[in-house]
Amino acid sequence: MTEILVLVDHVDGAVRKPTLELLTIARRLGEPSAVFLGSGVANATETLGKYGAAKVYVVDAPEIDGFLVAPKAEALAAVAAQASPGAILVTAHSEGKEIAARVAVRLGSGIITDAVDVDANGVASQSVFAGSFLVTAKVTHGTPVIAVKPNAAAPEEAPAAAAVENVTVAFSDAAKGAKVTAVAPRAKSGRPELTEAAIVVSGGRGVGSTEGFAVIEALADSLGAAVGASRAATDAGWYPHAFQVGQTGKTVSPQLYIANGISGAIQHRAGMQTSKTIVAVNKDAEAPIFELVDYGVVGDLFAVVPQLTDEIGKRKA
Amino acid sequence: MKIVVLVKHVPDAASDRSFAADLTVDRAAVDSRISELDEYAVEQALQVVEKAGEGEITFLTMGPADAGDALRKALSMGGDAGVHVVDDGLHGSDALATSLVLAEALKKLEWDLVVCGMSSTDAWMSVVPAMLAERLGVPGLTLAGELTVEGTTVTIRRDGDDASTTVVGSLPALVSVTDQTGEARYPSFKGIMAAKKKPVTTYTLADLGIDAAAVGLGGAWSSVESATKRPPRAAGVVVTDEGDGGVKLAEFLATGKFI
Ligand SMILES: Cc1cc2nc3c(=O)[nH]c(=O)nc-3n(C[C@H](O)[C@H](O)[C@H](O)COP(=O)(O)OP(=O)(O)OC[C@H]3O[C@@H](n4cnc5c(N)ncnc54)[C@H](O)[C@@H]3O)c2cc1C
Ligand SMILES: Nc1ncnc2c1ncn2[C@@H]1O[C@H](COP(=O)(O)O)[C@@H](O)[C@H]1O
Repeated sequence: MTEILVLVDHVDGAVRKPTLELLTIARRLGEPSAVFLGSGVANATETLGKYGAAKVYVVDAPEIDGFLVAPKAEALAAVAAQASPGAILVTAHSEGKEIAARVAVRLGSGIITDAVDVDANGVASQSVFAGSFLVTAKVTHGTPVIAVKPNAAAPEEAPAAAAVENVTVAFSDAAKGAKVTAVAPRAKSGRPELTEAAIVVSGGRGVGSTEGFAVIEALADSLGAAVGASRAATDAGWYPHAFQVGQTGKTVSPQLYIANGISGAIQHRAGMQTSKTIVAVNKDAEAPIFELVDYGVVGDLFAVVPQLTDEIGKRKA
Repeated sequence: MKIVVLVKHVPDAASDRSFAADLTVDRAAVDSRISELDEYAVEQALQVVEKAGEGEITFLTMGPADAGDALRKALSMGGDAGVHVVDDGLHGSDALATSLVLAEALKKLEWDLVVCGMSSTDAWMSVVPAMLAERLGVPGLTLAGELTVEGTTVTIRRDGDDASTTVVGSLPALVSVTDQTGEARYPSFKGIMAAKKKPVTTYTLADLGIDAAAVGLGGAWSSVESATKRPPRAAGVVVTDEGDGGVKLAEFLATGKFI
């Protein structure tokens, strides 16, 4: 069966959910092999095997984390040269897309980014123009390199061997040009990851201040949700940029998205309009966000949101 | 110091964008402008030169004739010259072909630093800068939220999901900058007048020694098979808060089994 390479997205061997989605998609195309870059593979093999990785190629070298992107691309290209896969799948976050871009150049292959689905023939679906069009596209030259968005498939278990194979890569000097000299880890919020959360509660300019976000966080916590923000709110410094939803932030596609004090500008909509159910609270009845909602409340978020949080608390009790 | 800034001319995000019969982006039907995110690249290049007290900036674009507008817009903000790669054979080029053409154009120019936007606001791929760094074999310091150049050292801050990292490289190098780097300046009247006199050179594929078969629709290594307009979302219920908005909302969420 054709081998399909899946680049593992992990933190010290803790495998991120989108990788399990990629393994599931890879099984439609052939037999998945995981490509694990960096250290911590021992923590990952069990999960990778559970979700269908027959092999786990490992490139564990200091260059992987010591430099930006390029060594990872060289490592993935080296594994691809050895395995001659039918396709290469990576997660479509910023680093994944850059790795895919460089690998495509190295292999002389076509590339598709931001796929929201990939079928058994390798036809990828993409959502374009701020979600207003659905496009299908196919790589016609070389080994298809496809960057797939989180939530493109529901991870399915399919036990496989996960046989570890170490690969040694001689990194080029060119790959060692952008050196990582300091890493400042972000404080953990304890909430679900924004791009993976089933429910996202967001706040925009209407939240008014850093303190105002306490109201948004309280609602999020009552629902076990992640917190998001519009660019107006992150630019104002009320909430960290890492939580920005939209074209220059994160794309989210949760079961439920609750927008509070957000007008619904096209750049914001592009990051959330594939959410299954959309709810908005905004005091302006004309706000464009109401064109998207399943349920909307025209009102002051500082009255509506705390009341909602209270009511959720009561219903849970 | 010599800097080349890459700017792309794109359909305005606020206009009703669509596809032409050959499934390429319909560029004729809509207003186009410089990709907003490339204005941040222009701004950062201008600031690098201002801080260094010397330097020359060239803007480079690839696109049809009216893509020259993106160069004029950039030149009205500052900088010295424009280069426009324009050729009918380029129509329908994918990211690989675009990066090939831009890389060949860059090989004809003199530069210490190439500055790109984080993403074009039509395709939103964010892959051209990485492809260029790969093709040119220079350090790629991408997705900079903050950029400084001191002597021959380039330092960026890159904000990832789990951490904020500092990345350092030496010139010659390529950077891409995000919209976190700070608002771009507005062109002054003087700037707009001055831009009209700044030189713009055009290159064809032949000038760059690129085989037309390698680019354009025919040379694309991926192909769009269909493009369907998504049906608008079914209209939802909008109520006005009369003191019980939160309770009503809770009722809606309960019906949807969210609580
Ligand atoms: C290149 C580019 C990229 C961009 N990328 C992004 C992106 O990734 N994400 C993003 O979000 N934006 C992005 N933007 C910005 C986008 O265009 C909008 O400016 C932004 O989304 C507006 O944020 P907002 O809705 O919070 O603010 P506004 O548009 O100011 O809306 C605030 C809303 O809050 C309501 N309100 C005020 N007070 C209350 C209250 N007490 N109760 C209830 N409602 C209240 C108001 O009626 C209003 O509708 C981008 C822009 C550009 C040019
Ligand atoms: N046709 C083009 N002409 C000039 N610059 C481009 C072109 N396409 C992409 N770029 C540059 O590459 C960046 C990323 O583009 P993309 O990979 O298409 O999202 C843009 O912000 C530009 O700086």
